[in-house]
Amino acid sequence: MDQAEAQEKIVTALKAKLKSKSKFYFNDLSGILDMKPREAKKFINKMVEDGILEYWSSGSTSMYGLPGTGKQAGAEHEEK
Amino acid sequence: MAKHKTPLLDQLESGPWPSFVSDLKQEAAKRAKNEKGLELQIPKDVVEDLLGVLELSYKHGKTHWKHGGIVGVFGYGGGVIGRYCDQPTMFPGVAHFHTVRVAQPAGKFYSTEHLRKLCNLWDFRGSGITNMHGSTGDIILIGTTTPQLEEIFFEMSHNMNQDLGGSGSNLRTPADCIGQARCEYACYDTQDLCHTLTLEYQDELHRPAFPYKFKFKFDGCPNCCVASIARSDMSFIGTWKDDIRIDAEAVKAYVGGEIKPNGGAHAGRDWGKFDIQKEVVALCPTGCMKYENNKLTINNRECTRCMHCINAMPRALRIGKETGCSILVGAKAPILDGAQMGSLLVPFVEVNKDDGYQAIKDVVEGIWDWWMEEGKNRERLGELIKRQGFQKMLEAVGIDPVPQHVKEPRSNPYIFWKEEEVEGGWTRDIDAFRKDHMR
Ligand code: HEM
Ligand code: HEM
Ligand code: SF4
Ligand code: SF4
Repeated sequence: MDQAEAQEKIVTALKAKLKSKSKFYFNDLSGILDMKPREAKKFINKMVEDGILEYWSSGSTSMYGLPGTGKQAGAEHEEK
Repeated sequence: MAKHKTPLLDQLESGPWPSFVSDLKQEAAKRAKNEKGLELQIPKDVVEDLLGVLELSYKHGKTHWKHGGIVGVFGYGGGVIGRYCDQPTMFPGVAHFHTVRVAQPAGKFYSTEHLRKLCNLWDFRGSGITNMHGSTGDIILIGTTTPQLEEIFFEMSHNMNQDLGGSGSNLRTPADCIGQARCEYACYDTQDLCHTLTLEYQDELHRPAFPYKFKFKFDGCPNCCVASIARSDMSFIGTWKDDIRIDAEAVKAYVGGEIKPNGGAHAGRDWGKFDIQKEVVALCPTGCMKYENNKLTINNRECTRCMHCINAMPRALRIGKETGCSILVGAKAPILDGAQMGSLLVPFVEVNKDDGYQAIKDVVEGIWDWWMEEGKNRERLGELIKRQGFQKMLEAVGIDPVPQHVKEPRSNPYIFWKEEEVEGGWTRDIDAFRKDHMR
């Protein structure tokens, strides 16, 4: 699988779930890619770097989402 | 004149102990004066508002901080913990109040110059409030606004050779004891191992891909000054294989009262004459020491390296020469749901600088592969070990069970024989059995 294909898979899957869910655990993403975590990590890192995904953190737990989606952005008065 | 009245907080200044409320008031006053004439980049009254919102929380009996947020610096999934106040109109100074975790140097050795630079940066771009150090070990800079984050990160990484620490589902900033730099008990170079692994695992530190947090801590000996055995998912504790070195002359000097026991500590009162039998031999947890005819002997096979005798008579007893470390896994100290101590995974491994600590990295990466694959979201390594079993972990990382994994018959239910390991297997010929045994 190349980067473009992985990205396509992730974006499609996340968009489909957007109504009910906007933040995802790393495991959810490696599940979508059907890859071992370490392998999936390379693709996911690149997606963050390219601004396709963004991090969300509670401080103790990290999650991933499409940029600007989800309640948090609005609720926290963040423009982006 | 304080911006907010804080009668409840003021009470916390009344005891004989140091008070964080006094510290905060001092910082508030300092910012108000701004003697250096800094162009303060976040609200001048941030500390006043912090006191205000805390007072309100005490009054309401509930927090006024929201949880989490999309903040961070570009490319990093950790190091910044987003915090927002849910009463931003009343307390605009703390509407954004993010925490920055800054990676502490190994052994927490700083130059005053470096500390001054950090504090100056934080006075300028943050609240000025610091926590040296958080329980993670990091330098904690408390309270800044979103636009300051990249500026702070740029300054640290470009001009101070200073990285951020870990937070979130990452490898957390590894922490170590002061080790061989100052301590003769250190069985390996904790600072070098801690620093090397920190550099090696930068990706794990900054880009979250773990099920949850993961902590490494390094203690040079079983005195465990950074409490690695209780506080880290993977704990590296210095130990030795051979015998405790005994200096018979120095033993005599302790017995004769010429050398003060415990390195002269606990000297606040007169404990009477040093009694080697009562204070050392009888307190050995495995009962493996003897003092007879003015001679101290140790049955080293039974010694568990508890450090007691060495701590009591450091000039007479020294750690062995064949040193290395033990690796323990699975400790956690959660706020909810039971704390757990580490379980011994590798009784002894050489800490070998020359090959870049390969033996240690192999264990680390084996554990991560297993946990990343099998761990549920927000499940710590220790919880996975409990859920799937210690034996499952051993299989996953390719370590054979050894007696040290089994504490004693039946008190550790982790290790079982498998049928193929037992001659004849589980099945038996019941007819043959019945020839000798009546029903
Ligand atoms: C040379 C002979 C033996 C030796 C060296 C030996 C040694 C040991 C040791 C070291 C333990 C572990 C104790 C602990 O830390 O809990 C143990 C436990 C045990 N032994 Fe023996 N043993 C011997 C003979 C026997 C015999 C003949 C029996 C039964 C008739 C027996 C029954 C047990 C049982 C039931 C336990 C488990 C105790 C517990 O879990 O609390 N042993 N043995
Ligand atoms: C060489 C002979 C024997 C050996 C090696 C032996 C060994 C053991 C062991 C290893 C256990 C622990 C089993 C477990 O926890 O799963 C046990 C338990 C027990 N054994 Fe024996 N045993 C022997 C003889 C006997 C005899 C002759 C009796 C009584 C007539 C007996 C009565 C018991 C009892 C009642 C327990 C249960 C103790 C408990 O649950 O703590 N054993 N034995
Ligand atoms: S853990 Fe041991 S080696 Fe490290 S500082 Fe403490 S006593 Fe010294
Ligand atoms: S280190 Fe502990 S177990 Fe070992 S001999 Fe000394 S007191 Fe005993």
